[in-house]
Amino acid sequence: MSDLLRPVAIGRDLVRRDGMDKVTGRARYAYEADVPNASYCRLVQTTVARGRVEAMHTDAARQVDGVRAVITPFTAESLHTDGGELAVLQDQEIAFRGQVIGLVVADTAEAALRAAELVEVTCSTAPHDVALSADRDDLYKPEKVNPSYETDTSDGDVDVAMAAAEVTVEQTYTTAMYHNNPLEPHATTAFWDGEHLTVWDSTQGVHPTRAVLADLFDLDKEHVRVICPYVGGGFGSKGEPHVHVVLAAMAARAVPGRHVKLALTRQQMFSLAGHRTPTIQRMRLAADRIGHLSGIAIDVVEHTAKMKEYAEQTGVPTRMMYAAPNRATTHRLAALDVPAPSWMRAPGECPGMFGPEVAMDELAEALGIDPIELRIRNEPDVDPETGHPFSSRNLVTCLREGAARFGWADRDPRPRAREEDGWYVGTGVASSVYPVNRMAESTATIRFERGAYVVEIGAADLGTGTWTTLAQIAADALGVDVEDVSVRIGDTRYPVASVAGGSSGMTTWGSAVVNAARAFRDKHGSAPADGAEADGSTEDNPATEQYAMYAFGAQFVEAHVHRDTGEIRVPRLLGVFAAGRIINPRTARSQFIGGMTMGLSMALHENSVLDPRHGHVVNHDLAEYHITTCADVTDIEATWLDEHDPHVNPMGTKGIGEIGIVGTAAAVVNAVHHAIGIRVRDLPVTLDKLLPGL
Amino acid sequence: MKPFTLATPTDADEAVRLVADDPDAAFLGGGTNLVDHLKLGVATPGALVDITRATSAEITDLPDGGPRVGAAVRNGDFTADRRARERYPLIVQSVLAGASGQLRNMATIGGNPLQRTRCVYFQDVTTPCNKREPGSGCGAHGGYTRYHAILGASEHCIATHPSDLAVALAAVDATVRVLGADGERTIPFTDLHRLPGDAPERDTTLAHGELITAIDLPALPMARRSLYRKVRDRASYAFALVSVAAAIELDGDRISDVRIALGGVAHKPWRAHRAEAVLRGARPLEETFETAAAAELADARPLDGVDGGNGFKTTLAARTIVAALRDLTEGARS
Ligand SMILES: Cc1cc2nc3c(=O)[nH]c(=O)nc-3n(C[C@H](O)[C@H](O)[C@H](O)COP(=O)(O)OP(=O)(O)OC[C@H]3O[C@@H](n4cnc5c(N)ncnc54)[C@H](O)[C@@H]3O)c2cc1C
Ligand code: SF4
Repeated sequence: MSDLLRPVAIGRDLVRRDGMDKVTGRARYAYEADVPNASYCRLVQTTVARGRVEAMHTDAARQVDGVRAVITPFTAESLHTDGGELAVLQDQEIAFRGQVIGLVVADTAEAALRAAELVEVTCSTAPHDVALSADRDDLYKPEKVNPSYETDTSDGDVDVAMAAAEVTVEQTYTTAMYHNNPLEPHATTAFWDGEHLTVWDSTQGVHPTRAVLADLFDLDKEHVRVICPYVGGGFGSKGEPHVHVVLAAMAARAVPGRHVKLALTRQQMFSLAGHRTPTIQRMRLAADRIGHLSGIAIDVVEHTAKMKEYAEQTGVPTRMMYAAPNRATTHRLAALDVPAPSWMRAPGECPGMFGPEVAMDELAEALGIDPIELRIRNEPDVDPETGHPFSSRNLVTCLREGAARFGWADRDPRPRAREEDGWYVGTGVASSVYPVNRMAESTATIRFERGAYVVEIGAADLGTGTWTTLAQIAADALGVDVEDVSVRIGDTRYPVASVAGGSSGMTTWGSAVVNAARAFRDKHGSAPADGAEADGSTEDNPATEQYAMYAFGAQFVEAHVHRDTGEIRVPRLLGVFAAGRIINPRTARSQFIGGMTMGLSMALHENSVLDPRHGHVVNHDLAEYHITTCADVTDIEATWLDEHDPHVNPMGTKGIGEIGIVGTAAAVVNAVHHAIGIRVRDLPVTLDKLLPGL
Repeated sequence: MKPFTLATPTDADEAVRLVADDPDAAFLGGGTNLVDHLKLGVATPGALVDITRATSAEITDLPDGGPRVGAAVRNGDFTADRRARERYPLIVQSVLAGASGQLRNMATIGGNPLQRTRCVYFQDVTTPCNKREPGSGCGAHGGYTRYHAILGASEHCIATHPSDLAVALAAVDATVRVLGADGERTIPFTDLHRLPGDAPERDTTLAHGELITAIDLPALPMARRSLYRKVRDRASYAFALVSVAAAIELDGDRISDVRIALGGVAHKPWRAHRAEAVLRGARPLEETFETAAAAELADARPLDGVDGGNGFKTTLAARTIVAALRDLTEGARS
């Protein structure tokens, strides 16, 4: 796979094709689907974290004007499922606080809300358990970690390396529980026409959603249509359907002839749309005095739901990042009475590059070596995990390029060396990594229609730029002007496409588009007849057997800590990435800085506070669950190397949606440490953790 | 959300009558707090009476030289007023430090000090809360207390008052003009809010049906040398962990007068009388500032809690008081 497309449209910073419709409000999102006969759905949730629904009284609710249906676990239709997150309203068991135990459909959203409040619920309660700790005696080893990595790995003997090392670091780091919180809530509009179901859903994949719905409602796939032209962000939480999609479909079936709209409230998004597990990471590093690692190990403890297992692959990046002959990683889970954790931007790598990258900084400090130099000294020749060469690995170039741009050379490594206007100033660095993922199944169709090329594929645009970038790929694959290509995505009427997840979209859908273009030219030549058409699908890439494929990056942070109050501000963030070829610098930059901003948010702000007494996240709205605001990000810059990788796919791209969030939080912690000499090992870094040392 | 009626009277007496006569009615200002509460089920009035046409949206000058700010003046408009900006930096800064531009354009001067606590248990009807449902218990005790009180709390309620504006108004000794069914009265701003005691359901000393028609600011020339310092978890759009409103007047090398109020620490804007007493007549020295802060916080009772509690607030409040006083007197000290 060495013939990369000749970049003509690829590499241009074209504006988003959907941009104007979005900023003028013409783009319709799932809840806004233009449908006749709309009804509105509101959910009833449990207020206990474990127990059983004994009875529900719905008379008062039914009496509210405009109410058309009330559904409870006692009355709901049976789904084709044997349990798990989506088996909603199938029995009376309560698995977590906030679980859906009923729904109301009414002619207005207000009437539905009123009626939902009037549903009376009698529950029996059982003691619940939501507290994660590393010393629980019921931690267990999952079969695999997400999606199918080995749970534990061990090469050599880290204990021996630790005992023999000249310098060691042994520390525990923790990341908080996080909620994805896309701006657009999870929302669905559903309609049944006999045995045909249509849903407008805010999803990262119309075909995966269709497959799940077809199974649950026992329908022929062809009888289910999922439509989703636009998504107001998902960050993984719309990667798999959650219960609202199922509930909207159930609700619509209860009111024949009507379209039912259901949007989760922000509060509901904290219990019904997935989250990132908190992690406890015990790190061990063993090194000699010149900084060569002889051992690196991470032991991860995190939570999952009793109802459905999800094991975040937090230890995975430690397996391949640095050249240490002795390496070990483990994952242990506590199964709790919590909603099911799930994907959130860069599952695994995002939390999993926190502990290790802070530990590397601690090692650099202990050795008196510059943290960039320490990383360079541990650069492996081949992938430490598989022994394969890297298809391309430019971490060192990212570190050096970033250091030059950031002005790292003048850095005085001592903490508190700089103070400006009452603020201590520090700088920090960390590495980023993300694998090149390719999904198994995607097909594109290219058709010549009235003098132009139409590309159809059921892909998703989460705001990332798919509408635009697929056109750029198709144009270069066909050898035509990008203006002569139109793209149709976000509908199961188009050929099957994989989920927008794992930063795999461009690799997977782009490969399908390139194959379709090649098939089209083979079949129809360069002067096609109107209506000429060809398909192409993603294929396995044999090079994945020979090469380790990853994108890399380096992140630089300037942190200020207020001398009096310990307030932390990050006025400068720089990311340098090596992520293969960049299809569109405009949309790419937005992915990188978006990821970095979310990483900053994780470092300083985000923190789902799970109250163990009640069993739910109590700061469940955007006033109390803090996400970085514009005022927190003053100077943020992302740049990238012109990286040529002939092995990954015909476009030479590696995927950029997630790497931006990887490493940022560690770089912030390292910069705060440099500013005032306090090492915060538990996220978020808040002023109360610094005050005692001021 | 309970169904409700909405009245939009253009006259204050009418507005008062509509609410005073109906135990189930409430005033509606900009709605930025109350409408959230309707949706959350925290407030369940059967009738809303919009006061934005019934009270003044003007800032006028009083005979003694202080301005009168009508209850319907939008927070955003207040911060744009030239007189206010020149004469009361601490008040303007307090408003600008709160919420967001969009919210400030809706929120009213009368509604802002009457916004209710952000205690997460108060806002979640599935948890107990004595303020929302007297006698149900306090969900915050032993829970998430990062934003809770260190001063003046009771076993029944440990919530803080979230308004930034109210802290500045307490510092300058503003006066609240109130219209009730029995006529008009005025309340010193520092007496508007209450400590929770055994009746946390009552945030203020207003009776049902009493309408704030305006807030009068004293002429207070010393307010020109003033500031509002808000310490929060993010750079914008966050409630205070601790805030300090301060104004100072120097006479030679002495502090001739000083006003300090604290936010984020109590059920009401906390006027720092003890600190003021230490400072009045003293020289503006760092040690004196520290002594004053320590005197004010001597009775602080930090709380344990789920996410580490709020023990840091005592130190933080002390350090923020000192920093604010230092900023205000810089250049004046030798
Ligand atoms: C996300 C978010 C962040 C925020 N951040 C901050 C912040 O950082 N700092 C801060 O100070 N505030 C903050 N706020 C709160 C905001 O300032 C208040 O919601 C606003 O000031 C309330 O004013 P209003 O006119 O909208 O009041 P309303 O919501 O209309 O009313 C509030 C209360 O006052 C009563 N009321 C209103 N007017 C009168 C009157 N004239 N007489 C008698 N009773 C009356 C109402 O009945 C109600 O009980 C934030 C709000 C939100 C939503
Ligand atoms: S602190 Fe006050 S407002 Fe919060 S739960 Fe307790 S009683 Fe309610």
